[in-house]
Amino acid sequence: MSTLAHEHDHHHAPSGLKRWIFSTNHKDIGTLYLIFALMMFFIGGAMAMIIRAELFQPGLQFVDPQFYNSMVTVHALIMIFGAVMPAGVGLANWMIPLMIGAPDMALPRMNNMSFWILPFGFALLISTLFMNGGGPAGGWTMYPPLVLQLNDAFPFLIFTVHILGVSSIMGAINIIATVFNMRAPGMTLMKMPLFVWTWVITAFLLIASLPVLAGAVTMLLTDKYFGTSFFSAAGGGDPVLFQHIFWFFGHPEVYILALPAFGIVSTIIPTFARKPLFGYASMVYATASIAILSFFVWAHHMFTVGMPIKGELFFMYATMLIAVPTGVKVFNWMATMWKGAMTFEAPMLFSIAFVILFTIGGFSGLMLGITPVDFQYHDTYFVVAHFHYVLLTGAVFSLMAAAYYWLPKWTGYMYDEKLAKIHFWLSAIASNVLFFPQHFLGLAGMPRRIPDYNIQFADFNMISSIGGFAYGISQLLFVYIVIKCALGGKKAKAQAWEGAKGLEWTVPSPAPFHTFETPPKLTKAMLEN
Amino acid sequence: MAKKQGDIKKTTTTLFFVTILMFGFGYAMVPLYDTFCQITGLNGKTQRVIETKGEEVVVSNREVRILFDANVNGDLPWRLKPTIKAIKVQPGKFYDATYSVTNMSNEAVVGQAIPSVSPQIASLYFKKSECFCFVNQLLEPGETKDMLVRFEVDRDLPEDVGALTLSYTFFRAKGDNS
Amino acid sequence: MTSIFKKAIQAIFLVTLPISAFADWALNMREGVTPISQKVYDMHMVSLWVVTIIGIIVFGIMFWSIFHHRKSRGVKPAKFSHSTTVEIIWTAIPLLIIIGLAIPATKLLIEMDDTSETALTVKAVGYQWKWKYEYLEDDLTLYSNLDEKSVELSQRADDVDPMEYSDYLLNVDEPLVLPTNTKIRILTTANDVIHAWWVPDLGWKRDAIPGFINDNWAYINEPGTYRGQCAEICGKGHGYMPIVVKAVSMDDYKVWVAEKKQEQDEANAASSKTMTKEELMTKGEAVYKANCLACHQANGQGVKGVFPALAGSKIATQPENLKTHITHILYGKNLMPPFGEQLNDGDIAAVTTYERNAWGNDTGDVVQPGDIAAERK
Repeated sequence: MSTLAHEHDHHHAPSGLKRWIFSTNHKDIGTLYLIFALMMFFIGGAMAMIIRAELFQPGLQFVDPQFYNSMVTVHALIMIFGAVMPAGVGLANWMIPLMIGAPDMALPRMNNMSFWILPFGFALLISTLFMNGGGPAGGWTMYPPLVLQLNDAFPFLIFTVHILGVSSIMGAINIIATVFNMRAPGMTLMKMPLFVWTWVITAFLLIASLPVLAGAVTMLLTDKYFGTSFFSAAGGGDPVLFQHIFWFFGHPEVYILALPAFGIVSTIIPTFARKPLFGYASMVYATASIAILSFFVWAHHMFTVGMPIKGELFFMYATMLIAVPTGVKVFNWMATMWKGAMTFEAPMLFSIAFVILFTIGGFSGLMLGITPVDFQYHDTYFVVAHFHYVLLTGAVFSLMAAAYYWLPKWTGYMYDEKLAKIHFWLSAIASNVLFFPQHFLGLAGMPRRIPDYNIQFADFNMISSIGGFAYGISQLLFVYIVIKCALGGKKAKAQAWEGAKGLEWTVPSPAPFHTFETPPKLTKAMLEN
Repeated sequence: MAKKQGDIKKTTTTLFFVTILMFGFGYAMVPLYDTFCQITGLNGKTQRVIETKGEEVVVSNREVRILFDANVNGDLPWRLKPTIKAIKVQPGKFYDATYSVTNMSNEAVVGQAIPSVSPQIASLYFKKSECFCFVNQLLEPGETKDMLVRFEVDRDLPEDVGALTLSYTFFRAKGDNS
Repeated sequence: MTSIFKKAIQAIFLVTLPISAFADWALNMREGVTPISQKVYDMHMVSLWVVTIIGIIVFGIMFWSIFHHRKSRGVKPAKFSHSTTVEIIWTAIPLLIIIGLAIPATKLLIEMDDTSETALTVKAVGYQWKWKYEYLEDDLTLYSNLDEKSVELSQRADDVDPMEYSDYLLNVDEPLVLPTNTKIRILTTANDVIHAWWVPDLGWKRDAIPGFINDNWAYINEPGTYRGQCAEICGKGHGYMPIVVKAVSMDDYKVWVAEKKQEQDEANAASSKTMTKEELMTKGEAVYKANCLACHQANGQGVKGVFPALAGSKIATQPENLKTHITHILYGKNLMPPFGEQLNDGDIAAVTTYERNAWGNDTGDVVQPGDIAAERK
């Protein structure tokens, strides 16, 4: 740690704007990531509100179809790359060094860079909405030839993806370098908290899959401007090839969003059940096998392109197989609760809701994996309902749980539990009103990504929109709770939660600017998983 | 401490190279995919063969119906039509078929055809010795050309394929700015 | 297998009777009108009930635990943290369930994949934003546009309410007419970008990809009208290119083909006739609505940066650009597709006249079918 960590050897945090712009401190950068993710969550959320407002009734109400398509596209890109992924990286930044007893991340300057290129990436993406011809409107999947019809916004879309990719890859390299090299003596790999494990596996997924996406969009770029024909049938290329490359990235990406959520929930449930996590080792193996399997199921996103039957069968079996390790995880969480002494503070409520609702998303996922039936489900609202159960009531709920769980450690104050419980119940009810009816819409035959629909879909769309508005408004409460907690409240103890385990609870709350500058001595109790 | 710094550097370098490698893998998927398609018939592209004279041995009386189909992609003002709609062929024998293509516009245009066979599995057994596909074709305004395709259906065509469709789509050639 | 399915499904129906009271709320997948769609529905129901039952058991146990194992009830937490036996059991059981689902799914997939011995071949070609149907054996071609009433109701205006129209956005001017009790091969491809051809009652959807043909098949049991939509985002008009299949008996189908051909011949013959300006304007407006409105908009203003405006444009107003105007329609330009193959001389003459006189373009130009014929090579 000769040069890097000693730069900030003065034990006071630098102040002012410079503290944030030039920060190499993992806690500050973590905070930046989390605030940025929350802002993006609201920008992407505002787009979702536009979508739900347009779909409130049949007939065109507010926006025109081209803009509607842009909203659908940019909402997805912002939520995936701007909200959920940065929130995960933010948590990793804050918590991984604290959890493994390291003074900081292994590569603090790269850490700064990987955060600060994000705002530029998203400024670029959002600016495309005001360009000649409008923003990207071909879906976040960017399938050619449609995406090539995009006007001025096209190169900006591609560069945005590149920038976000570079940022995430730097973040991932940093996390792996930290975990592999900076653990406190005595913390072997199989003694690491599960959150750290899930993030290491996620980081490997990022490194293996994001460069492939970067390659795919670079091919799009050269196809449009430099005369290559990777995906142009006219030049002997194949537009379906893009879909294969995209989903080779895209399916692991799903787990990039979900695995940290598994880690969070595996941390929170034992705390509030006051009982160790059931089956730690099998959790690690299940996470790893999900990650590996995720590279062999990509074509289930594109069963309808017309594959030879052997291919369809292979991808169907592989997809269904993922249900096994995922099931193991759910059963382990249940067994952790079993015969515990549970209390139900906001983090626990969000975690339990995660387990239930993510499982519902998993159920529809299993149904979607059955190829002959997928021919009916594909590209309908059934799919929209499925991935929102997995990503909103799954990934986002786990992030909310994490925020409430660690807020005392970050701010030094307890958040307002009563308000947080209200926030939970509003979110849980509204999100189900929002997404459950979409299953019915999809089964009844409503395709996704359409701005207007037949009147037979009117009732459920209206219900869904009402749920959407309710969910959107309830999230403002979350911002209020976070700000209130940051400004003051009941002082948090070092160990904010009675049943919490782990090194992060051995440092004071709020966590001082520098922690573990000399590696902590680990006792046996501390290493208990 | 210095040792630790060295370890971090090692991890970082390794991961950096993995990143580059995976970027390359994205590109490597292009030829991999082509090979994969050739083995499995995935994208319905047809096979090329060189016809060897005097080797026509028809083993069975099996007949396969070939349906000829034609498409012209959106931005090309051409008309493409098969001369005959369908024929019955015996596997193992070579046949000729022609397509007639006309430039309907008032400018000279370069187009290029690509073939597609369905069902996909049949594309593995559909072999052409002559074809007008993947070659730039220049048509003067109003010009009509007859295009020849000479093909055989392999004797090993699975029994349950009783009919197949040979489809051509003409695209405006890349780089044609007329 | 099927008989077990049938029994299971019948039992399920008895259980779910109260739900079927909400029939007009369309809660579930459609059973459809082909043997395959019925089997797909059965498979859907089986998997739905499998996951529902698993869900009830798993969540039931969880809620029991949440209720009983809470600190407020004074329980002391147990200490156990693993059990190899239990872990093996809950790995094995899901595996068995999945194998149980995969077997019938595989059988069904193999059955769906069999496109042999079809009696009729129809090709569906996706366009931005309409479908073209070619009856390959009968040498008949149709263009199927969104119907005029849906076009009118889908404009953003105060005086329209789509709720009054039960087929809103699900009706077309020319349905795909197919014979019943016949194995029909349906090829899909596309003209510009990827689309997907989907009629839920036939039990499947299939992508339509430019340059490639996909094949699938349908065997329709009952005469009727079956509606579907494009299911792959294909640009601005993605929600406005429905699919309507009208299934009739084989005899009626044959009569229809003959009549349609005659109708098209007559229309082509009549299209070279000279028309009055009023006739051209009326016809032109109809042609415009079906073919041009999606991009250039009802008010001729286009979409900024994507589709150029016609109102006040140089090409549609200046006399020296009349020829360019016609050739753009005939042969296309950039994103604008060529219409020379889809529309006859009369239609193009009418729409050109309309575009040169509507929305304040008031050029007074009258374009006759002869002028179009002169531009065609």
